[in-house]
Amino acid sequence: MTALRAWLQDPSPTSRRQARLGQLWLAWLRIRRNRLAMAGLIIVAILLLVAALAPWIAPHDPFVQNLANRLRPPGTPGYILGTDDFGRDILSRIIYGARITLYIIALVAVTAPVLGLLVGTVAGYFGGWIDAVLMRLTDIFLAFPRLILALALVAVLGPGIENAVLAIALTAWPPYARVARAETLTIRGSDYISAVKLQGAGAPRIILGHVVPMCLPSVIIRVTLDMAGVILIAAGLGFLGLGVQPPQPEWGLMISSGRKFLFEQWWVATMPGLAIFMVSLGFNLLGDGLRDVLDPKSAPK
Amino acid sequence: MSLIEIDHLSVTFRSKGREVHAVEDVSFSVEQGESFGLVGESGSGKSTILRAICGLAPVTAGTIRIDGASLPAPRGPDFATRVQMVFQDPYASLHPRHTIDRTLSEPLAIHGISGSDARVVKALEDVGLPAAFRFRYPHQLSGGQRQRVAIARALMLEPTILLLDEPTSALDASVQAEVLNLLDRLRAARGLTFLMVSHDLAVIDHMCDRILVMQNGRAVEQMPREALAEARMTTPYARSLFDASADRMLGGPARP
Repeated sequence: MTALRAWLQDPSPTSRRQARLGQLWLAWLRIRRNRLAMAGLIIVAILLLVAALAPWIAPHDPFVQNLANRLRPPGTPGYILGTDDFGRDILSRIIYGARITLYIIALVAVTAPVLGLLVGTVAGYFGGWIDAVLMRLTDIFLAFPRLILALALVAVLGPGIENAVLAIALTAWPPYARVARAETLTIRGSDYISAVKLQGAGAPRIILGHVVPMCLPSVIIRVTLDMAGVILIAAGLGFLGLGVQPPQPEWGLMISSGRKFLFEQWWVATMPGLAIFMVSLGFNLLGDGLRDVLDPKSAPK
Repeated sequence: MSLIEIDHLSVTFRSKGREVHAVEDVSFSVEQGESFGLVGESGSGKSTILRAICGLAPVTAGTIRIDGASLPAPRGPDFATRVQMVFQDPYASLHPRHTIDRTLSEPLAIHGISGSDARVVKALEDVGLPAAFRFRYPHQLSGGQRQRVAIARALMLEPTILLLDEPTSALDASVQAEVLNLLDRLRAARGLTFLMVSHDLAVIDHMCDRILVMQNGRAVEQMPREALAEARMTTPYARSLFDASADRMLGGPARP
């Protein structure tokens, strides 16, 4: 263990692989020192674990209805968080719902920022009419209220998780494009970009290898901060009946079904609300911590 | 035939209806193996000439020829293997998120040259940096060390012409001398041709065989090194430049 640590912390690594692993190790040390980021990371890790182990840790089947058992309060033996209006165990539904939430987050996180980065860096790097066309397109998408555009898309494509994700991704990319373009504008005239141009590099190589790494940290931070919003929009689409369909245990859908009993049986809507709150908080804390970690300038010397 | 021929070169920047004549009707030529200096105050257009050669500034009139051939309009990969540039500010010319290794192996990757491991190690050695620096980031290096990396990067493709844009003006005096000596040594070892820009006559005197004095985008006077050392300049502007840095030149080349 100490030998491995010494190898990772070697100030003069002998191979590219050692250098890269050493960088990852330093990043890990930095994030470990940041308590809030660690809290965020632990929450996200718990979400991953719960989603992966759902069939083994859920006490009940999330779909089995038991009308004799409906609307039991939290603390009822066997139903720690109570039951909903169909007598389904809320804890089990939250545990299974973690899978759907994670699925939506993962799909949005790999589509919207990639599209936004690409549009933003290309627009910023080339400038001129390419910039004008791409940025006006971005403006058009930005001008639409996000939920309305998502609604229109889902209405055309039909309800379901994949279409909800597509709708969210298509409405989520413009801010990333704007961030990436702004960063690209500040670096495209810099000497290190001129130097690599002078070495004969083509535009795709410069954009992907030299411009994108400079924009990536701010985009990643935005993505983690936006995750809370993504969960809520997915919930909103579910609430309107255009996202995940019942009886799927999606957290937003669970809240909307609990709305009818909000005053008498508060737990039906509160428990999934708390789950959304916790996960959003986790992503926000993680995003804050990543800001420090992703900047090599803040590395310990 | 000279290696670099600049013939009636003009560079004009246009923005929002305004025109800035950065370079107007400048001609000179640089022989193979020579070290040629461009001197002048800030804004005299000397750096713009280097950028125009590299295709980074708009040429509005005149021609630039290298080896007798005029340059293609996006400079192609051939150009990159013949002409490279060292930028003024070593704090801005290295990619902050790339390790030294990545910075130095990038030109090799672009041109599909194999054996980058050995070449990067050799390049660091050639510019007098320890191999331990290979996987560091630019922010972990001092200004002089960064400029050495920038010089190593410029030499990765083994060019014959090196364009030097005030390579030492961002460094303090003792480091300046080290970097200038390194450049001198590399030029002797590899038979490089230098086209160097500086506002400091002491640096130019140390490095260059011939110089061209520029003012407001125009060539003022061209003279060999001997004329500079003996203060035989004919124009008043060149004289005033000389007077401004004469005390440092008489004490020996490139000493603080």
